[in-house]
Amino acid sequence: MKIYGGGKIFVGLIIFIGLATSPFLFNIGKSSIVRDTKAAEIMQSMGLQCVEKKAFMLPNHMRLLDKWRDSVVRKGNRLYKASDGKEYEMSLQNTCLNCHSEKNETCNACHSNMARKHTCNGCHNYMAVNPYCWDCHIKPKETKS
Amino acid sequence: MSMNRRDFLKIAGISTIAGIGGTAIVGGLQKGVIEAAQTAPDTDTLTGKKWGMAIDMDKIKSEETLKRVTEACHRIHNVPDFSNTKDEVKWIWTETFEHSFPGQEHQFMPDAIKHKPFLLLCNHCDKPACVRVCPTKATFKRKDDGIVMQDMHRCIGCRFCMAACPFGARSFNYRDPRTGLKPEEINLDYPTRTKGVVEKCTFCRERLAKGLQPACVEASNGALVFGDLNDPTSEIRRILASKYTIRRKPELGTEPNIYYIIGGSDYAVVPEIK
Ligand code: SF4
Ligand code: SF4
Ligand code: SF4
Repeated sequence: MKIYGGGKIFVGLIIFIGLATSPFLFNIGKSSIVRDTKAAEIMQSMGLQCVEKKAFMLPNHMRLLDKWRDSVVRKGNRLYKASDGKEYEMSLQNTCLNCHSEKNETCNACHSNMARKHTCNGCHNYMAVNPYCWDCHIKPKETKS
Repeated sequence: MSMNRRDFLKIAGISTIAGIGGTAIVGGLQKGVIEAAQTAPDTDTLTGKKWGMAIDMDKIKSEETLKRVTEACHRIHNVPDFSNTKDEVKWIWTETFEHSFPGQEHQFMPDAIKHKPFLLLCNHCDKPACVRVCPTKATFKRKDDGIVMQDMHRCIGCRFCMAACPFGARSFNYRDPRTGLKPEEINLDYPTRTKGVVEKCTFCRERLAKGLQPACVEASNGALVFGDLNDPTSEIRRILASKYTIRRKPELGTEPNIYYIIGGSDYAVVPEIK
């Protein structure tokens, strides 16, 4: 048995797939997030480290936050034991934003624009994602730099 | 084309399954990393199996006390004030005896009780009607301590819970709550809510986690007593064992956990447990 109009269907499908994936194909090899491992080492030696490794946090921070939310709201467990054994309070407002803020003085001491680059928006704007955390959680007041 | 419709559908079906299965496996792997990490309660956390409250109406003598108690709650939880009953959001509020305990009023009761404003808040019921109706499980009863909580991230604002709660303990955010807060009075350590969600008293679970009593209890000079109803040696249980108390609408079967002492005058002498 034949598919009626099969030729048209398949040509159409190929064109569709091409169009649908064009934004990805177009951007192949253009990723501009630079992984600076040396900087990570220096930061760690200064005690500036995130709750988990950067390689984990970059793609997974939203999953981690999701888990934190469930743990705090549903179970009342507020302490997070990181994989290196350190303990943190699970709080967007009171833990994450301690460092990820434009006002981070440790960063700003040497790099005038460094802290700003590492706020949530520094990346979210670039990725064009717009989570609505700040509709409820109170954003620290950010200064113009 | 030599492929027949049947084969085409087969291939399409298999690739769909592969696609769904693939994301499930990748998702599962990443989930595994996070599951491996551990969480624990704060070391200072007050622990109780079933939190409850006793409110001694005789100890609430003035409007100032009521104002202090409600403001303490609304201030630290960023509860907005729109100064009109239509948009009102309240976690703790007052009502007359007749409205608080319908059916129990009668014409000969003392005026002092009849006209007294009673302090009301969510009852953190054992069998909460609000939890039964919530379609998203945004409202739930915490297993460990019995607090009826809300996950604001999940609330879709359907207001079923408001219709179900027989105590009027829940408020809907008809307006952006931030427009009802004075910027200088916002508590930066606590989130606000957003337009379109329902909110209510949380028994100050964020304070319990830090080892503190609820804000309203702290501001009440002893009129409000908070404690574990599951522990026979707790202060609240000793008070309930020595004074006659009533609850709101017990006939509805939600098993409220807020107890009212009426005409208690003095329970300062709490009998010791032998
Ligand atoms: S008082 Fe209302 S909102 Fe609170 S737990 Fe009971 S039914 Fe739910
Ligand atoms: S308004 Fe929110 S909490 Fe209430 S029943 Fe609907 S989803 Fe659940
Ligand atoms: S227990 Fe906490 S949240 Fe509930 S009314 Fe009292 S102060 Fe407000």
